[in-house]
Amino acid sequence: MSRKARLWLLAVGGIGVAVLLACAAFDLPGFGGTWHPYGERAVRSALSRHTANVISSVNFDQRAFDTLGEESILFGAVLGTVVLLRETRDEHSEPPETAQVDPPVRRYALIALPVTLLIGLYVIAHGQLSPGGGFQGGVIVATALHLLYVAIDYKALERIRPAAAYAFADAAGEAAYVLLGTAGLLAGSAFLANFLPYGTFNTLSSGGTVPLLNAAIGVEVAGAVVVLLARFLDQALEIEDGGAGGTGRQDEEANRS
Amino acid sequence: MTAAQLLPLIVATPLLGAALLVAAGRRLPRFAAEVMGFVFSAGAAAWAVTLLVLSPSADSRAVEWMGGWRPRDGASVGIVLVGDRVGVGLAALTSVLVVAALAYSWRYFDEPPHRHAGSFPALILLFQAGMCGFVLTGDLFNAFVFFELMGVVAYALTGYRVEEARAVQGALTFGIINSLGGYTTLFGIGLLYAHTGELGLAQIGARLDAHPHAGRPDALVLAAFVLVLTGLLVKAAAVPFHFWLPDAHAVAPTPVCILLSGVIVELGVYGTARVYWTVFAGPGGIPEPSVHRALLTLGVLTALLGAVMCWQQRHLKRLLAFSSVSHTGLFLIGVSVLTPEGLGGTILYVLAHAGVKAALFACAGILLDRFSSVDEHELHGRAHQLPLVGGLFAAGGLALAGLPPFGTGLGKAVSEEAAGWWPTCVFVAASALTGGAVLRASARIFLGWGPRPSGNPETTTGKDEEPETRGPLRRIPDTMLAVPVALMAGALAVGLVPGLWPAVGQAADAFTDHAGYTAAVLGTGEPAPPPVTPAPHWTGVGVALGLLSSVLALALAWTAVRRPATDEPARWAAPLHRLQSGHLGDYVAFTLAGIALLTALVW
Amino acid sequence: MSVLPYLAAGWIFLVGCYGLATSRNLIHAVGCLSVCQSSTYVLLLAVGYRRGGTAPVFADITPGSRPVVDPVVQALALTDVVVGATVTALLLALVIQTAKRHGTVDPDELSELRG
Repeated sequence: MSRKARLWLLAVGGIGVAVLLACAAFDLPGFGGTWHPYGERAVRSALSRHTANVISSVNFDQRAFDTLGEESILFGAVLGTVVLLRETRDEHSEPPETAQVDPPVRRYALIALPVTLLIGLYVIAHGQLSPGGGFQGGVIVATALHLLYVAIDYKALERIRPAAAYAFADAAGEAAYVLLGTAGLLAGSAFLANFLPYGTFNTLSSGGTVPLLNAAIGVEVAGAVVVLLARFLDQALEIEDGGAGGTGRQDEEANRS
Repeated sequence: MTAAQLLPLIVATPLLGAALLVAAGRRLPRFAAEVMGFVFSAGAAAWAVTLLVLSPSADSRAVEWMGGWRPRDGASVGIVLVGDRVGVGLAALTSVLVVAALAYSWRYFDEPPHRHAGSFPALILLFQAGMCGFVLTGDLFNAFVFFELMGVVAYALTGYRVEEARAVQGALTFGIINSLGGYTTLFGIGLLYAHTGELGLAQIGARLDAHPHAGRPDALVLAAFVLVLTGLLVKAAAVPFHFWLPDAHAVAPTPVCILLSGVIVELGVYGTARVYWTVFAGPGGIPEPSVHRALLTLGVLTALLGAVMCWQQRHLKRLLAFSSVSHTGLFLIGVSVLTPEGLGGTILYVLAHAGVKAALFACAGILLDRFSSVDEHELHGRAHQLPLVGGLFAAGGLALAGLPPFGTGLGKAVSEEAAGWWPTCVFVAASALTGGAVLRASARIFLGWGPRPSGNPETTTGKDEEPETRGPLRRIPDTMLAVPVALMAGALAVGLVPGLWPAVGQAADAFTDHAGYTAAVLGTGEPAPPPVTPAPHWTGVGVALGLLSSVLALALAWTAVRRPATDEPARWAAPLHRLQSGHLGDYVAFTLAGIALLTALVW
Repeated sequence: MSVLPYLAAGWIFLVGCYGLATSRNLIHAVGCLSVCQSSTYVLLLAVGYRRGGTAPVFADITPGSRPVVDPVVQALALTDVVVGATVTALLLALVIQTAKRHGTVDPDELSELRG
């Protein structure tokens, strides 16, 4: 289709969708209204299970099955990325070059690293109490490790980042979630049932299985994000065209030499 | 433990298998990885089959609330899994096809590549979990999550052969268009949540029914219906949402094609039917005539366009992919009747089609690995020495054409009877064209009939494809042959085992029972059971129509093979070919236009 | 009663689709897809908003003392964010491979699959 024809089709379709969405918007309950039946039930259920952070209660207790699917999406996407960004037959990897980092950057990153790591672990551990949880904390932990790349260079990051270990953590987190769910089936009443004592409201040990599921997700997300970034960084820094590819990049290299 | 408690295990078993495969990582030898893949996928299949056998009667539904959040006064905060016959049956079909795909790739496939032994079976297991979760869930948002899970894994599996330029492009198009569809569905879910304050299918339906309307529903319900359906119809590859499918199915590794064409597309149709009957079929939903009009129109367009494009292909996998598009259209027509009869016919059709299409893809994969080509013209007369594959391929063509006693013939006959006379013409035309295309290809490839055609380089041909095995095969491994034979036998059994038909009929009765579903899920009393419709069965007219389309398919194939085929694709079909441009922007524009078209049809 | 947040969500969806359809760079296209998805965050959070409501976290407020916004949509939005981020990562991996195999990321120049 020519560009013009595509724009016409897009305009027709877009106007149709715009009319549909606008009509729907005017029928919706007004913004900021007080009618939230599911939300109110969710708050009551969370309090009955001694979970102060209602969102965590929804994610890891009331609708924990959604989170099982969600973490499996993450797991599948990381596995897919590992496979898609593998080193192919016509490529080889070269050790990354050492880099010079300005001292202020290095100092700041090295100070920020342990602090960020601690914040990440805190966010995971307090998922049932305060905003945050396994997903958010896991990402922060993974980010903390990558400050080493900012502070020193890729080689330094690679030394503390054996990809196999993090892939194991990724898989272990996923397996732990499934097994905790099955434990609910065996020990409690149903799959992913909250079968542990609910603890004292607003303490670290409250919420029954919520903190455990949070921890499983935290381990999985931290491992998954590290593996994911490793594959992308490898593509940028290590994997070189081996000869048979025949793309523009090779020609550039030929010109340079 | 109750039978219903098996429901989450059908999803959890493959997930655990995938996690263990990745945890074992590179240390795991390939043999062990493939055995593990088998054990966990077959485990899920075993749970599903057990549940099917255990269910006391065909119209009973296994209802299991995750986390034990059973409803109080008809309201719950949890997610429910509902295992009715159709849902559990589809989970079983999916799991069996997953086992078949793993068996087909057993040891001979070059995938998994070096150092990634466990990745391929792990991805397949995640795919299985996504599909099973999608068919079993009774919660709309949870359905979206599992829909995305199977999507994400499917994109990765489609692009698995990253050294092939076409594979990565097809996977990217697949990923972007399907994600766009998924987000459209989520937008619709958001609207429904705002309107009803619920996320469960039964709960949303009950809330909508609390405000019945006389004529037209308000714009909000209508928009939600259109948007939720869009994502499902993208997955089902209904015109004009279908463009991604040939681009993706033609490039995916063969074991993945078995799953993509065998179940994924059908799950889009399943989702459409499930959402309609649980949420929108009541007095507060969308009136029947509107839904009928929309699904019938899209179905007819899809069936005809898919059939015409299928006939024009010379790339075997693309040919089969377009035939899947065409058959999806026929399934949509079957569903559009909105009666248990139409649905029962569609269920039989889907069951048999899964076997036939998977077997045909398996045969195309054998050709690819033996001759490094899937081009009908280049392969002309070269596969003489593979009589069994040739026989299977031709049988597949006849099955697609609806020849009795194949299950496809029965499904087609029952759907035709339910759909009325003029949609019947569409059924006959579409099945004759798709079956004829496959028969034409078998005559040329395996028998070397007709003059050697010369090709048109303007379209995707299928020449010079990389085999998926380590170098071209000299001998066809037994597993690669056993899989299509077993699948074809399954398709035959659907049409030959009378015990299956009443079960399908009762499953369709229960599936279309809006009030019964809501009551079973929310535990609010026992409504009157739906009237029992007669079980699907062979009729004289059905057999005659099946024979008619088969004869037409043979005649078409015969004429095509006899004619000197110089300028395929034909000039009259050139505008249709130009639409299938491979351009992402075009496909997005068509998706938006499709939403507008769907709106106009339902309005 | 304001409908502006809902209209904004629809607008974001359409803008994303426009970008996706007219994109000349696949990385940009994947970005546009994320824009489309952001419309669902806006819609969900707008649907769950309650005037005067605070975050549904009772670590520092007494239950029942203040209205809170709907926690369910926030949980859904969190799930949605994770789905979006992972899909984006996977699609970008495919873009990298497309760039390597085709030597271009312009959809206008990708013409291997057609007809």
